[in-house]
Amino acid sequence: MVSSSEARVPAVETRELRRVFKGSRGSPDVVALDGVDLRIEHGEVFGLLGPNGAGKTTCIKILNTLLYPTSGEARVAGHDVVRDSVEVRRRIALVSGGENSGYGILTVRECLWMFSQFYGVPSAEAGPRVNRLLAAVGLSDLAKTRINRLSTGQRQRMNFARGFVSDPEILFLDEPTLGMDVNAARELREFVTRWVRERAGRTVLLTTHYMAEADQLCDRIAIIDRGRVLACDTPAALRRSVEGGQHVELEVMGAPEGLSDVDGVAVTWGAPHPDRGTHTMKLRLPDGGRLPLLLRTLEERGVAVRGVSTRETSLEDAFIAIVGRGLDDGEAPK
Amino acid sequence: MTAHSPAPQRAGFEPGLGSTRPRHTGVRLFLAATWARAYVRIAGSLREPTWIISDAIFPNLGMCAFVLLYRALGAPREYEALAVVGGVLTTYWINVLWGMGAQLYWEKQQGQLQLYFAAPCSLVAVLTGMAVGGLAATMVRSLVGVALGVWVFHVQLAAFSPWALAAVFVLTMVALYALGMTLSSLFLLYGREAWHTANALQEPVYFLSGLYFPIRSLGALGAVAAGILPLTLGTDAIRQVLLGHAARGLLPLPLEALALAGFAVLFLWTARVSLAYLETLSKREGRLTQRWQ
Repeated sequence: MVSSSEARVPAVETRELRRVFKGSRGSPDVVALDGVDLRIEHGEVFGLLGPNGAGKTTCIKILNTLLYPTSGEARVAGHDVVRDSVEVRRRIALVSGGENSGYGILTVRECLWMFSQFYGVPSAEAGPRVNRLLAAVGLSDLAKTRINRLSTGQRQRMNFARGFVSDPEILFLDEPTLGMDVNAARELREFVTRWVRERAGRTVLLTTHYMAEADQLCDRIAIIDRGRVLACDTPAALRRSVEGGQHVELEVMGAPEGLSDVDGVAVTWGAPHPDRGTHTMKLRLPDGGRLPLLLRTLEERGVAVRGVSTRETSLEDAFIAIVGRGLDDGEAPK
Repeated sequence: MTAHSPAPQRAGFEPGLGSTRPRHTGVRLFLAATWARAYVRIAGSLREPTWIISDAIFPNLGMCAFVLLYRALGAPREYEALAVVGGVLTTYWINVLWGMGAQLYWEKQQGQLQLYFAAPCSLVAVLTGMAVGGLAATMVRSLVGVALGVWVFHVQLAAFSPWALAAVFVLTMVALYALGMTLSSLFLLYGREAWHTANALQEPVYFLSGLYFPIRSLGALGAVAAGILPLTLGTDAIRQVLLGHAARGLLPLPLEALALAGFAVLFLWTARVSLAYLETLSKREGRLTQRWQ
């Protein structure tokens, strides 16, 4: 049983967490984390979203007791990751996308059993759990197949299953669907959702490059860049936090060259359609009611509108607004 | 900016409840992890029939060459037994060097080392598993060497006590594999390609351990080698048990057994200390993982 005082302890908590890597051969030091404060409650699926080099993986490594922080404090299930690393390890598991766990000579079932033993799972419990996990990730038919005979995708699914074999209290998923095909990634996301809901208190900390994945899975998301948390809220609240409005895409013909705004609304242009000879015109209208007026203005200026589509503010829009660039983009122009 | 916005509550959510299923801890966790890691080597050695030929038969050809050489030169028959004992122990040294010393380095290259460090079991348990599994797998190979010596070359042994042989063998193996556990963290700390480090150690140790000749032939150098290498003492002690005075032993057998026990304790301690140092240093400098991880 968990006491009421333990029940109030967050699953993950960091305070002023900072990690600096010493530069090699005269290069400057790299500040990977610069005062990160996080509080993740039990039962949450929490996302860390940020561009390459933002500090996501460094944060995960510290929380998994694989790296010391330079300063600050990190606690997992109430235990300090530096002083009580063994207590932390009893409660966590880590899955990194693209990792190579296990030994090629072992079968899939043997490999998962092996990892269960490193976590002290009694063998009588490990066997049935491995079978359930294999069924969940669609590898039951390959249970007796050697790992070195698996395809890359099958191996990734086995690695994914490995993270659940110890039935951790807190699961760290570091880019878990990296390189997976669309269907496999969707199945695994659904599995994570079911796993968290199956028993109260299970917690997931996810880092991902895929906005849709974060949007679908996470209860809350922290947007991190250059080692600092820039925003942290539910996906819906993050979307709302950026300037609202309606995103409009128009497929047009006959637009005057260099047209950069219509009635004061800034326009960005997509590539021309190779067959139809049309162009895509992108605008964000602060007020959805202005669309008919805009279409009339374009007609008056001799622009033929062949198609109209609208969408609401996405998580990606929010991310770009908060960070100043997209996940895979370079620096935003100053 | 802090990130302490309230977390949404799921239906039926009861905060603070984690896994309540009992898991092994302490000695039981150590033994479970040891057996799991040993299983990889034992299953692996039995699963590929071609490995039995390449791992068990081919490495004994060097020993056969020495036996045939001594026979062709008309050397005393006990030299043939010396070569067979040396050949059998060579298999364990190769396993210690390549299967223990270089293993953590390869685990890191594969990206798997962090999984061991993130698990609650001790790394000593994992290395003990590698040692037990490697010892069991190498047993097949060494038994082929024994079979060749007894049934093909008909080497002559003195009347010996199987208990004394078992005791000296166990002491030698514990000292040798404990040295392997120490080497595994040293190889990783050294940071060079483990392949080259293992290669650099292999032949000099063969020579200094007197695997194919009486160690006494090395004179003072032999005595120094015996002082620093458990393989030298172990080889000499086993020869003394099997051949008696004909082994031309370096030191009295009880003294060698005592020294082997000392080596075992010393290397088990250095393994523990060096692993703890490796873990601390790696966490401080971020060395546990590859750059791509």
